[in-house]
Amino acid sequence: MARTQPIAFVNARVLDPESRYDGPGCVVAKDGAIADVRRSPSMEGSADLRVIDCNGAVLAPGLIDLRVKSGEPGAEHKETLASVAKAAAAGGVTAIVLQPDTAPPVDEPAMVDFVLRRGRDIETINIHVAGAATRGLSGEHMAEIGLMDEAGAIYFTDADRPIVNSKVMRRVLEYAGAFNALVSHRPADPFLSEGAVATEGELAARLGLPSAPAIAERIMLERDLALVELTGARFLVDQISTAGALDSLRRARDKGLEVAASCSINHLSFNEVDVGDYRTFYRLDPPLRPESDRQALIEAIAEGLIDAVVSAHAPSPAGEKRRPFSEAAPGAVGLETLFPALLNLHHDAGVPLIDLIRAVTLGPAQLLGLPGGRIASGAPADLVLVDIDAPIQVIADRLNSKSKNSPFDGRRLQGEVLLTMVDGRIVHQAPQ
Amino acid sequence: MSPSLDVSDLIRERLFPFPQRHLTSVTDLDPPDVLALLDLADAFVDLSRRTTKKLDLLKGRTLLNLFFENSTRTQSSFELAGKRLGADVVNMSPRTSSVTKGETLIDTAVTLNSMKPDLLVLRHSASGAPDLLAQKVGCSVINAGDGWHEHPTQALLDLLTLRRAFGDVSSLTVAICGDVMHSRVARSNVALLSMMGSRVRLVGPPTLMPADADRWGAEVFHDMREGIAGVDVVMMLRLQLERMDGAFVPSTREYFRFYGLDAEKLALAAPGAKVMHPGPMNRGVEIDSGVADDLGVSLIQDQVEMGVAIRMAVLASLAARLETA
Repeated sequence: MARTQPIAFVNARVLDPESRYDGPGCVVAKDGAIADVRRSPSMEGSADLRVIDCNGAVLAPGLIDLRVKSGEPGAEHKETLASVAKAAAAGGVTAIVLQPDTAPPVDEPAMVDFVLRRGRDIETINIHVAGAATRGLSGEHMAEIGLMDEAGAIYFTDADRPIVNSKVMRRVLEYAGAFNALVSHRPADPFLSEGAVATEGELAARLGLPSAPAIAERIMLERDLALVELTGARFLVDQISTAGALDSLRRARDKGLEVAASCSINHLSFNEVDVGDYRTFYRLDPPLRPESDRQALIEAIAEGLIDAVVSAHAPSPAGEKRRPFSEAAPGAVGLETLFPALLNLHHDAGVPLIDLIRAVTLGPAQLLGLPGGRIASGAPADLVLVDIDAPIQVIADRLNSKSKNSPFDGRRLQGEVLLTMVDGRIVHQAPQ
Repeated sequence: MSPSLDVSDLIRERLFPFPQRHLTSVTDLDPPDVLALLDLADAFVDLSRRTTKKLDLLKGRTLLNLFFENSTRTQSSFELAGKRLGADVVNMSPRTSSVTKGETLIDTAVTLNSMKPDLLVLRHSASGAPDLLAQKVGCSVINAGDGWHEHPTQALLDLLTLRRAFGDVSSLTVAICGDVMHSRVARSNVALLSMMGSRVRLVGPPTLMPADADRWGAEVFHDMREGIAGVDVVMMLRLQLERMDGAFVPSTREYFRFYGLDAEKLALAAPGAKVMHPGPMNRGVEIDSGVADDLGVSLIQDQVEMGVAIRMAVLASLAARLETA
């Protein structure tokens, strides 16, 4: 790592989810790590320090996003590693985990190595990659979990594809356990969900959209939880989105099962009504849910049931979105709107700021065994400075992502990322 | 109609500019618009029964029939309506052309838009396709059926048929029977009939009834005998062949036994009750031939005739709006 000038952030509102400290502070970043943290607004200067006056803005650990797709390799017209890194930096995200469903998929160690090397070359943010749980994401044969683990794959998942065969799922969980590897699975019963683009209910029926009942999520989750109980594997529920599944998760936790869960910022921000007149930017997977589910998710964050909030960044070019609703590609870009949208849950829904920050920093860091996610001496100097009150308007065309499919397009949010630091380097700074 | 007033004068008198630029859903309409459309369509029925059926209200206009799904009936109905009004009618079935080569609906729309049509009739398998198209073209878009969503001109022609058969539709109880879940005809009819004050019942097996259908303002029945007891109109829906054989119902014979309309079940309806079907019929599956062909109870042939008239009314009225624009 190249030596950079040490930087002191003074007059900041420091938010550290590990110590749950929320108050005035100064932070010094030196040689890629946090060298000093003071719980006072000012500190003595020294000649070699570059001082940044934060004017009371929030200084938090850089965001860690567990679930990001780029188009590289195989679909570079959607997003490249360079563009996804730029988008992340602009959104205050200092580490991302790429999904393995690329072309070719990341289902063997050489692919893990390739993506990690490409990520390092870009030198913007920390790029991690998840390996496929099954070969070719087919749900049939176990992928080389051990070798990929050795190559640096940070967890294992078949991304959007459910592993239907319970025997395969059991073996993946058992086998991954030998490497203490984390397995992530999105719960969706494939038969109930087949062809569905909406959540079953009055709204989908009126719009005439193929839909799946909300219990499609719970049914698969209950199976997964039973298999986790059997195998003792480390498990992450990918993008939980319904109140019914949250109840299942709560019961499992009460029984002492160590199961982690993520949810997407989209399901915390929108409900099925946002689909309106077939707005395809709200075509997501899992589909948007009724408002009662969204409220249950917000409560689950404050309750600590959700370990990580993800952007579920999924770039799709206009051509794949400007189609009839059921034919449009699912998913939304989200790296640049994750933080402001999350802050709106504080402004609008009153969720404590520290709980929200934790779900995008320390929560995922602990899950993945990463050293970041906290503001303490010795922690990596991955930081984000944000004015949590500044009004912004999201304009999709100005996003750094190559694809502009943002459901937040045109929305007014509160919270502007002023500066992003990775390894002590400033990788993004808002125009003055 | 007084002998002194020619039908073409009557039509011109009743012609009004359509309230919207497009017709994608029956909810685009208010009750007064609906009544005005029916009045206009009545006059077109008279015109169509004359030897000379043409009236040049759409002269110089181009009508494009864009049918991504096959539909001989609806397509020819729109074609005839357009031709009787003097429009140049072009039929396109992109299923067999460039769409299969990966061209999207939007690409097709942009191409067609450059041909400067005035009226574009769209049939598509995806719900919401006409709304999408309407955002991208400069002409009026008429929804001729989108996925499971809506088929507004079918609901309008059904309403016209009912008004001509019964007079007042607001006192009617209508049972819509069969595959409600996958039916755009059912959705448009529930919305339009409710808007015009009729009472609507939905009858079908639970597997073919959409979630929360009871919240549409219709009463839901799974027992057909209960569902059609005392109703004035039994509106049958087509059961798509691919939905039989264990997918949604166990077999066609079981379906016919419990949900097919025959004389015995029809006897439970109100005296003088009428039978409708949007066509094409699966005889012996959802409807018995004896009932379908009994001109004393069946309005099915009237529906086809009213289809042309209501589409003439819609096209003429949309064109009248273009004149004022």
